[in-house]
Amino acid sequence: MSSKHTLDCSNLLCPMPVIRTQNALKELNEGDTLEVICTDPGTLSDIPTWCRINQQEVLSTEEVDNQIIFYIKKTAN
Amino acid sequence: MTQANSIQTSNNAPQKKRKAVALISGGLDSLLAAKVIQEQGIHVEGINFYTGFCVEGHTHAIRKKDKDKQKRNNALWVAEQLGIKLHIIDISEEYKDIVLNPKHGYGANLNPCLDCKIFMVNQAQAWAWAEENGFDFIITGEVIGQRPKSQRKETMPIIARESGAEDRLLRPLCAKNLMPTLPEREGWVDREQLYDFSGRSRKPQFELAKKFGFDDFAQPAGGCCFLTDANYSAKLADLWEARGERRYELDDIMLLKVGRHIRPKPNFKLIVSREEGENNFLKGYKKQFTSIHTVSHGGPLTLLDGSFDKEDIKLAAQIVARYSGGKSADAVTVQIENFNGTSYVMDVPPMPAHEVKEEWHV
Ligand code: SF4
Repeated sequence: MSSKHTLDCSNLLCPMPVIRTQNALKELNEGDTLEVICTDPGTLSDIPTWCRINQQEVLSTEEVDNQIIFYIKKTAN
Repeated sequence: MTQANSIQTSNNAPQKKRKAVALISGGLDSLLAAKVIQEQGIHVEGINFYTGFCVEGHTHAIRKKDKDKQKRNNALWVAEQLGIKLHIIDISEEYKDIVLNPKHGYGANLNPCLDCKIFMVNQAQAWAWAEENGFDFIITGEVIGQRPKSQRKETMPIIARESGAEDRLLRPLCAKNLMPTLPEREGWVDREQLYDFSGRSRKPQFELAKKFGFDDFAQPAGGCCFLTDANYSAKLADLWEARGERRYELDDIMLLKVGRHIRPKPNFKLIVSREEGENNFLKGYKKQFTSIHTVSHGGPLTLLDGSFDKEDIKLAAQIVARYSGGKSADAVTVQIENFNGTSYVMDVPPMPAHEVKEEWHV
């Protein structure tokens, strides 16, 4: 059973959202989804880059008002 | 001939894929160091430490004037160029002790480079050995003579020894100027394909970068760390002096990166935003600081840091008015908001430019 989790990185600046995402994913099981809420525009490039190099999958990215929301699927340990 | 024997033994043993952990700062040297080792068929993973003083990210995220610049974390970019995993580790808490009490002292500014390097290599080692399969050695982009204090020939062994990495610490860019390390002696890496860079010139690095086809690497003026910056260090020293003790929280050192810092009296200072991006950033601190903003005219958001009485607030308001659109008006209305949410307004004459003393600027 995969499960969904949420991580709020509002008001955190680079590289904290990346660090928090990395650490949160470590705790999840493969197949789980993590919703990450960010406000630092730098995350638009950094979170997908981190996911690419660490073989995690960004399912989608939404920008709503000043928030950037990533849905990440844990695909590797 | 123990050394020769051990090489012999290792070469005859079935080849195990060796693993190295590379300290990735986001700059050119660590990129090249990792690449050189990768080229020798070693599995490399990167580790990047967040100290709180990294030039990376924050500044670019805060300041609107930098909005057009591509906002990327250079360490992540480097890792992607190399095709390696990158682990970013927040060491900002533990790092305080390095900044406050560097055993080996500071460099030209408040940069505790030697202690910092020892600490980072030590952390990398602790992390690497704790990893399930273990890593065989650690790589850094250090070059002898590049930095006057931390990267001298005499300090290289100090870092290796005091970090606990000993001869599992390899500096591929200047290895040929140093004694062979374990990975070289064991034949995991070929010493002949390592380099002998030394001195402050960056030319050999640029040539090597060209050879590898890297042309978009970060070359931030003054490096990747605010502690090497004279203005920043002056602000940090001022903070310690004003507090009467050497101590800081992460928010303190973030705020030193933002706005004009003006200290009209020893007991308090103003942090005046310089543009919209900084304004937005400082807004996030309104629950922690007393803030002032102009109501009758456009103007910057200002935080007050320290302890202050009514007279001090009036003085601060006049300075704020001086930086507002109403600087030539007879009076400017400002709103003072306490961090508990209460607020009031007052009319003040803007301070004439020449009365904002040069020495107030931290
Ligand atoms: S410049 Fe900063 S990060 Fe680099 S070694 Fe010195 S103190 Fe450490």
